[in-house]
Amino acid sequence: MTKEELKPILEVLIFVSEEPIKLKHLYEILADEEPAEINLAVQELAQEFNSREGGLEMREIAGGWRISTRPQYHEYIRAYLKTKPSAKLSLASLETLAVIAYKQPVTIPEILEIRGVSSSSAIKTLLDRRLIVPKGRKECVGRPVMYGTSKEFLIQFGLKDLSELPSIEDFEELATT
Amino acid sequence: MVLEVEAIENGSETEPQANGYKVKLEVFEGPLDLLLYLIKKEEIDIYDIPIARITQQYLDYLSLMEQFDVDIASDFLVMAATLIQIKSKMLLPPDPTISGQEEAVEDPRKELVNRLLEHKKFKAAAEMLWTKVQVEQEVFTRALLDIDKENTEIAATVYDLIAAFKTVCDRQREEQEMEIAHEVMTMEQKMEELKALFTDSLEVNISRLFALAKSRTDLIMTFLTILELVKESVVRLIQDRPFGEIIAIKR
Repeated sequence: MTKEELKPILEVLIFVSEEPIKLKHLYEILADEEPAEINLAVQELAQEFNSREGGLEMREIAGGWRISTRPQYHEYIRAYLKTKPSAKLSLASLETLAVIAYKQPVTIPEILEIRGVSSSSAIKTLLDRRLIVPKGRKECVGRPVMYGTSKEFLIQFGLKDLSELPSIEDFEELATT
Repeated sequence: MVLEVEAIENGSETEPQANGYKVKLEVFEGPLDLLLYLIKKEEIDIYDIPIARITQQYLDYLSLMEQFDVDIASDFLVMAATLIQIKSKMLLPPDPTISGQEEAVEDPRKELVNRLLEHKKFKAAAEMLWTKVQVEQEVFTRALLDIDKENTEIAATVYDLIAAFKTVCDRQREEQEMEIAHEVMTMEQKMEELKALFTDSLEVNISRLFALAKSRTDLIMTFLTILELVKESVVRLIQDRPFGEIIAIKR
């Protein structure tokens, strides 16, 4: 298959996929095609798709590709769907989430050390919202549970992967001013 | 002492007090938040905290919280103790047994400052996450397709049912050598009989139901009763592929 033939196929697959579709998955479906060719076709497709500047965009989220609406048109979509944004996370939950995102895997006592305040209710909220997941236990006294961020976290925060988070040192400047 | 604090979120605002003060209390997330607030308010250099002044303000704030019956979490008290400890350390002259040459006498405030800076960093990170989630909340993806991956069943049509019925009828005709008159069951009786079959398993193959029939009349009654059961939503019929077996599932 030529790259031009591949592109529309990739486009429909990304469109129908319920979650961001991973390249690995695309390789499986297009087993006769070279993975390198698929990679290239996806890249080009994304570029072409997004250069249209339409209402939709194709992005890499949580390690896969996804077609979604552009945020600036939310007003009209909400009017159509008649929905309101879901309840926002409290600042306490967000701070806890930030600590977990940057220090993962991290235990509750370690989070307490940084935030200076116990975070158990925030942890519960984050677990309920599936933004964090237990990541085993730390081999120390009491074997506390360690937490890390989930795939849902990447999706909800629109991140390709964890490395896309700005480095914590970038906040150093903000912190000292 | 009056603390005029802007109430941000869930801040408790009190009615003007008898003495005419209007005090707005911000609910601080924790002791580090409170300290950062005081440092900002007093325009203090975080690297050179006048510990005596800050400690005093911190304690004043705690007593104010007490006055308004705000529960003071133990974390706040731990921090108060830490502040007092740092303050007393700073009052003491440097240990004379350590030779004065060494400039690197550790500033007792250092650990606290590091913690404050670390905390500030994560507060900034939390704000970044907040902005991100604001944007991403307004991004929509295609609604889920109505595909039930677990059950790739096709609803059986009444014609499939008739066909299944016919097959059994034919088989019955072949097998039956002579017909002995059976007591004719009413539909109510038949219904009870069929319903009983669903007690140990929720799924029953339709051909099994037909096989149980003792005569053609009975077979017809079984067929009518199945239709009745479907109509009354007691069972539903599914067929996992075209021309496949029809399974009755109890709803």
